[in-house]
Amino acid sequence: MQHLADTARRFAALAPAADYWSIRLVAEESEHLEVRQGVAEPCALSLGRGAMVTLMRGGGLGYAATSDLSDAGLAAAARRAAAWAQAQARLGLFSAGLYPRSSAHLEYQSRVAQPWASMTVADKLDLLQGACDALEIDERIVDWSAWLGHWRVDQLLVTSDGGHIAQTWEYTEPGLMAVANAGSQTQRRHGGGADWSQQGGLERIAACGLREDGLRVAEEALALLGAPECPSGDLDLILLPSQMVLQIHESIGHPLELDRILGDERNYAGTSFVTPDMFGNYMYGSGLLDVTFDPSVPGELASGVADDEGTPTERAYLIRQGILERPLGGALSQARAGLPGVANARASAWDRPPIDRMANLNLEPGDETLAGLISRVERGVLMDTNRSWSIDDSRNKFQFGCELGRLIEDGELRGLVRNPNYRGISANFWRSLDGVGDLASREVRGVCNCGKGEPNQAVYVGHAAPPCLFRRVAVFGGEA
Amino acid sequence: MSPAEFFALADALCARLKGNEVLFCGLDGEDSDFVRLNQGRIRQAGAVHSRSLGLTLIDGARQVEGGCDLGGDPGQDLAIVVDLLGRLRERLPQVPEDPYLNYSTEPGTGEHRAASDLPDPAGALTGLIEAAEGLDLVGIWASGDLYSGLASSLGHRYWHQGASFNLDWSCYLSGDKAVKAAYAGTHWDPGALDARLAEVRRSLSVMARPPKVLSPGRYRAYLTPQALKELTDMLSWGGFDLKSHRTHQTPLLRLVRGERTMHPAVSLYEDQARGLNPRFTGEGFLTPDRVDLIAAGAYRDCLVEARSGKEYGVPVNAAGESPESLAMDPGDIPRAEALARLGEGLAIGNLWYCNWSDPNDCRVTGMTRFATFWVEGGEPVAPVAVMRFDDSLYQLLGDRLEGLTQERDLLLSADTYGGRGSDSCLLPGALVDGLTLTL
Repeated sequence: MQHLADTARRFAALAPAADYWSIRLVAEESEHLEVRQGVAEPCALSLGRGAMVTLMRGGGLGYAATSDLSDAGLAAAARRAAAWAQAQARLGLFSAGLYPRSSAHLEYQSRVAQPWASMTVADKLDLLQGACDALEIDERIVDWSAWLGHWRVDQLLVTSDGGHIAQTWEYTEPGLMAVANAGSQTQRRHGGGADWSQQGGLERIAACGLREDGLRVAEEALALLGAPECPSGDLDLILLPSQMVLQIHESIGHPLELDRILGDERNYAGTSFVTPDMFGNYMYGSGLLDVTFDPSVPGELASGVADDEGTPTERAYLIRQGILERPLGGALSQARAGLPGVANARASAWDRPPIDRMANLNLEPGDETLAGLISRVERGVLMDTNRSWSIDDSRNKFQFGCELGRLIEDGELRGLVRNPNYRGISANFWRSLDGVGDLASREVRGVCNCGKGEPNQAVYVGHAAPPCLFRRVAVFGGEA
Repeated sequence: MSPAEFFALADALCARLKGNEVLFCGLDGEDSDFVRLNQGRIRQAGAVHSRSLGLTLIDGARQVEGGCDLGGDPGQDLAIVVDLLGRLRERLPQVPEDPYLNYSTEPGTGEHRAASDLPDPAGALTGLIEAAEGLDLVGIWASGDLYSGLASSLGHRYWHQGASFNLDWSCYLSGDKAVKAAYAGTHWDPGALDARLAEVRRSLSVMARPPKVLSPGRYRAYLTPQALKELTDMLSWGGFDLKSHRTHQTPLLRLVRGERTMHPAVSLYEDQARGLNPRFTGEGFLTPDRVDLIAAGAYRDCLVEARSGKEYGVPVNAAGESPESLAMDPGDIPRAEALARLGEGLAIGNLWYCNWSDPNDCRVTGMTRFATFWVEGGEPVAPVAVMRFDDSLYQLLGDRLEGLTQERDLLLSADTYGGRGSDSCLLPGALVDGLTLTL
């Protein structure tokens, strides 16, 4: 972080006259190790660094990002940002004065129990070799792999108002995959942490069961080959946290993004069925639905102390007892819309400006065990691990698919079903919520490929959720 | 960064190699302006100056990869990459020998610079905003230089550079009622922009009519090239790469096994001769002009990148295993007659957010979006509220395909994840006797 502070000081010394400026400096280091079919893939180490300069001048706002952190490079970025500020002052959608100014002093660092560097590359590859070997249990397993990723982000935001926010996020991400095939039927199963990312160090290996999960992953892939297709009909549906993550993400998170409601995303990610008049009165779901923006959950992907505009983060209810309370909008969007929001203006990297993102969006736990939820289903399907996702540009008509389904009959789990899918309409779906798992059943997960924005940005967002029960959902399978 | 600067940096690195080490250096850079628009005004405007270097260090049968961002100052950049080289060298003894290591041992040189004539971005935006007066225009302007380079200690020296603009936008009436348009290329023509705006205004006049609400069911449909692209994008997602085929993961498995067929009019190929992407791979191989993927409805060849090529013993023919320059052969329907041939049904301007609902049967779900109209008597008569479809490509591009248009559109990607993209596709429109709407 010290080298970023040095760069910020150099920029402060050469920054042009402006009403306000900020510089967001990012240094990243990532690594990916993988063993596929017993053969180590080339291990990849990536080092990134760059600066995003934002400048407010003459009633306009502009930005410029650069990987050239020399004095000349920073000065060139400032000139380019000033030029775009001049254009925005003339042709802008809103006054630059709405842009939030930050003078906050904050620090954040991911909790890491076992540092990435505490194991050698050779030891990590040995571990992955063992995990990969455990997947090769049958000749019908036609592809299999085990991997371990690491990503550390140091970010420093410094502003002309004296703001100084230093945050370090660190992620260690293990995973397993097995592909089974028989004839023209292929089934894929993931595990070992593949869809269970959190902040942290090598302790995530044990937490995700990388060493132990291979047999289950491979056996389930094989079992799905011979399983019947998921039945079709309006059935009760229990979604495990591994699918609740996606359901929350697509049909609550995206529609509540304030920049979508303001129309910024209409050309790409889309608009929203939510309109400004709904906040404070719209019944988004059943009374069991409580959704929070919560940057304080330990280990959750987007936990932190401030967003990339420099606004300190704090927990807030977005939906309480089914009633819509506030959108996912950062300070700039709040000022444009005249609505309350949260600190969620985030950028994917040093070369992109902040926009409204989900950060951590969680469905709060209820008071039922998973067994209790199952016991209340006469005929239904339990679905596990997202496989497919599609939703309309207003975030209403969705269709999602999972890797694995399991029939529920007369309150008891039955056999596997393959290719489970379901579809619905967001505005109706959450009103069919009839059961929410308790704190013990909640899992802290997230989505690592959330894309939106022009230019495009993909970010990590956190979602914590328990299993949930929905009544009478359109469920179906694949081609028999 | 100029090619001379890049090659000088690579030479300096190669001079630091030890023993029998081999080094490949790949450079990607862009100088871009990005301007977001909403309600016909600038929402967010800025610029990105980016250079990133990728290294592959090889010693015998071992290899490790690395990457870093570069600034532009030769001295500082050299210090950064020498440090990275040192870290890679420390790792090399820790990795096992790689049976699938595969790189070109035949050095070559080449330089491709595409001619261009770009406007000043602020001036172009001023013109656009004035010309779009009265329209609720939303979208993105992206423009500037893109370049890629490859150098190796074996003597490879390749450079690919171009400058382009990509204006990707839509105009809204209300809610989700909108018409999408794009204007992208290497030579800016204000007249071409005016023509597109006029077409958008014409489509919006139909969009203003009361919408037709459809029930789930099967409808005849005409898919514009832009809509068809969403379906070919799905095929590109694992459909053509060698590894997916050899591990039975391709969604075209039943086509390959002879259990399903596509229409004889469907011929797809990777048109690398188009030249919008580099013709060299990161391992120093050169790509052929063309790879036939599906010919007359039957599966032909896979795209083969270096690693899979070594694993399965097949010659390299692509930098990656997804198409970058896909093309579909034209058909025999004059575009001007497409709606007349449709008669009654859907004219679909765009599909969106497609994903697999049953990859084993090449079945795709997705949404209609933007200008989708109900057609009667060969004329668009009303907009259609967005609908979900769920259908197998074995039907849409198989027994339900009536034909393809004679004319094709070159569609330049507006994707900017990880940097401005240069992918493109050349596609006709498609007339389909039945698209299944489900919601």
